Amino acid sequence: MSATERVNTSSRRDHVIDAILANRVALLSGMLLLAIVLSAILATMITGDDAFLIRPRQRLRPPSAEFWFGTDALGRDVFALVLHGGRISLLVGLLAALAGAAIGTVIGLLTGYLRWLDPVVMRIMDGIMAIPGILFAVALVSLVGPSLITIVAAITFAEIPRVTRLVRSVVLTVREEAYVRAAEGLGIPPLLVLTRHILPSCIAPLIVQTTYMFAAAILSEAVLGFLGVGFPPDLPSWGNVLAEGRAVFQRAPWTIIAPGLFLAVTVMAVNLLGDGLRDRLDPRLSRAAKVSS
Amino acid sequence: MSAREPILRIENLSVALPAGLDRAYAVQDVSLDVHRRQIVCVVGESGSGKSVTASAVMRLLPEKVLRITGGTIRLEGEDIAAATPARLCELRGNRMAMIFQEPLTALNPVMRIGDQIAEVLRIHRPEMTRERVSERVVELMADVHLPDPSRLARAYPHQLSGGQRQRVMIAMALALEPALIIADEPTTALDVTTQAQILRLFRELLTKHDSGVLMITHDFGVVADVADHVLVMRQGEVVERGAPDRVLNAPEHPYTRALIEAVPRFRYRTEPALDDKPVLAVEELSLTYRTTSFLGSRRETRALDAVSFRLSPGETLGVVGESGSGKTSLAKTLLRFETPDTGHILFKGRDIAGLGGVELRQMRRHIQMVFQDPYKSLNPRRRIGQSLIEGPVEHGTPRAQAIDRAEELMELVGLRRDALDRFPHEFSGGQRQRICIARALAMEPSVIVADEAVSALDVSVQAQVLRLFDDLQKQLGFAMIFVTHDLRVASNICDRIAVMQRGRIVEIGPSRRVFLEPEADYTRELLAAVPGFAREAAAG
Repeated sequence: MSATERVNTSSRRDHVIDAILANRVALLSGMLLLAIVLSAILATMITGDDAFLIRPRQRLRPPSAEFWFGTDALGRDVFALVLHGGRISLLVGLLAALAGAAIGTVIGLLTGYLRWLDPVVMRIMDGIMAIPGILFAVALVSLVGPSLITIVAAITFAEIPRVTRLVRSVVLTVREEAYVRAAEGLGIPPLLVLTRHILPSCIAPLIVQTTYMFAAAILSEAVLGFLGVGFPPDLPSWGNVLAEGRAVFQRAPWTIIAPGLFLAVTVMAVNLLGDGLRDRLDPRLSRAAKVSS
Repeated sequence: MSAREPILRIENLSVALPAGLDRAYAVQDVSLDVHRRQIVCVVGESGSGKSVTASAVMRLLPEKVLRITGGTIRLEGEDIAAATPARLCELRGNRMAMIFQEPLTALNPVMRIGDQIAEVLRIHRPEMTRERVSERVVELMADVHLPDPSRLARAYPHQLSGGQRQRVMIAMALALEPALIIADEPTTALDVTTQAQILRLFRELLTKHDSGVLMITHDFGVVADVADHVLVMRQGEVVERGAPDRVLNAPEHPYTRALIEAVPRFRYRTEPALDDKPVLAVEELSLTYRTTSFLGSRRETRALDAVSFRLSPGETLGVVGESGSGKTSLAKTLLRFETPDTGHILFKGRDIAGLGGVELRQMRRHIQMVFQDPYKSLNPRRRIGQSLIEGPVEHGTPRAQAIDRAEELMELVGLRRDALDRFPHEFSGGQRQRICIARALAMEPSVIVADEAVSALDVSVQAQVLRLFDDLQKQLGFAMIFVTHDLRVASNICDRIAVMQRGRIVEIGPSRRVFLEPEADYTRELLAAVPGFAREAAAG
């Protein structure tokens, strides 16, 4: 009893150091992410108009002063492809992650809090989980035709049950907390109890899940591209550049290393930023510094 | 080793705290001996270093945070500090064992009781045969007086009562007949009647197994009942030691005196005149919990069985009983967290037993609750001010006015106005409970239901919070239902007492009458089990 109290107070100083370190990492990730986003937005300015120029005589050239990341099987500049590809990939990742998190959270909050809704909705979620996500995406895209909206919708759909389950599990635990009881005892209407007292506890796991979804969505888009139901090759994304590079990767590894590196760095930066954000959102972690002073 | 040599000898033990805290040492220069067949009690409040001392003996301190900087700990002559990790594993269990406060969390929930006790034997006594192990398990369970040991060995922890679980913990600790048993608040989580049984059990087993007990407690009643030797600790130092009679009756150190003073004694309020118009009238209230198991078999538990009573304005009614007697169910039902099966709850003449939706929310401002655990009943993510004005604003008080009122309330409960801008984790348990009381008062309720509201607090803090309740009630005039398992606390604050057993009120009346001339057998049992009650009653 007293031992744990000691430990808590004693680690306050460590918290300060941790907070600075975590923030420094988060700051760095944020800057890195910003750079990647900017490079995608300004892709045309950086690489010029002839980014997609097919150069049959310069196929599979290794990285050089002229082509920083080499060229692909069609002789296109991989550097330009990767920068342009970031536009589609980041957009798909962002939209799918946000949409998935938003829809999943609303459903999860309601099913967790309203007991009568729970069995019905959760069985529907089980049903969705039973459908392989890619299969559904392929079906939807071939039915409606590939466009940003259909591809994002197809990817989001498969992610909703995961978010719902996550949020629901948090709600089920938190709604038994005495402070939720206390709020109900004050006569606070259910909707406010949900948003004010229960939702904040879901944020930390949600951020982690959302960053994961962001990465997964970029990869899903790549798989769709690979299967030929994603964006056409003349609209490059990290996914379809990777997919095309696969065929020649033994002879020209740079065709997949470059987009792979961008993808990996982006996902990592998003995750680290998410971690930093999560810590800041918890007053027990971020405020400890202020108290001890 | 001679019989007169102590089992445990701690000499000048010091444990350093990390730099930058209010004090440099968690434990400073502590010496103590535990002999065979002796119970040594270490008493102190949270933060006194008593648990750190116990953990140091078991070598369970987080060594990066709490470093032993001086002194020796010898267990049967062997220096614990010099023991290798392998030797430590042998010592733990074999020569010393620890019993924790919360027996539910210390047991593995998905393992049968018998298997858990057997595991200790299998690890430390690999030479024992399977049959011998199961025989020994049944023996041990019989030793700690568990009913029908061979059947209970197949039960899971959740199927046992709190007292039974603590018995299982003790059986596990005894499995290898250790010389030293360290018990950290072993009875704090238990009912008085169970506590009395467990304490008797300690005494009995000590003689049988020829071992010694180092018991950590904050309860002077426990000390009076079982201790052979007492140490009082404060901020890591031993301030007083001696025989329990001497320490309890003629304490030398001012801190010991203050601690003993703070322990609530049986003290009765003058009987109030009962008002004809009760603020709350409960009639024939019944509540049944129904659970359906996986295979569809139904179980019904009668939590409340035709409970009736009246509560006058400004009066405090104590509800006492063991756990499972229905006192918390009663509190929850009055707050309408549960809907009763039958019966009426008349608040100022209006039946609220069946209200729902908006009507129920409107009603709730009039009956407020103060919860047991101040660490859990405030939203950790919201500032105190936000928590305090939330209710009033929801019920239509303008924000500015609610904030003014919240500031007044902070002062009323003895905190500073600027506390409103801070978060719950910045406050101690006692301060948080004050905040919870302020939150309830912000609604200007006619009735406050306090469910074990001081049980989680240190005695000195407990006394302060009880006084606060008393003062506030005199100033503001709310009626209160005070649910507690602690009869002393109840006698201090309640005008009338309702004794509950198995969902029924077996006795209700003015505190003095109920405690001094109990009518129901169950009340007499409860009173007899209060540690130190006989002594106190004899002393008058």
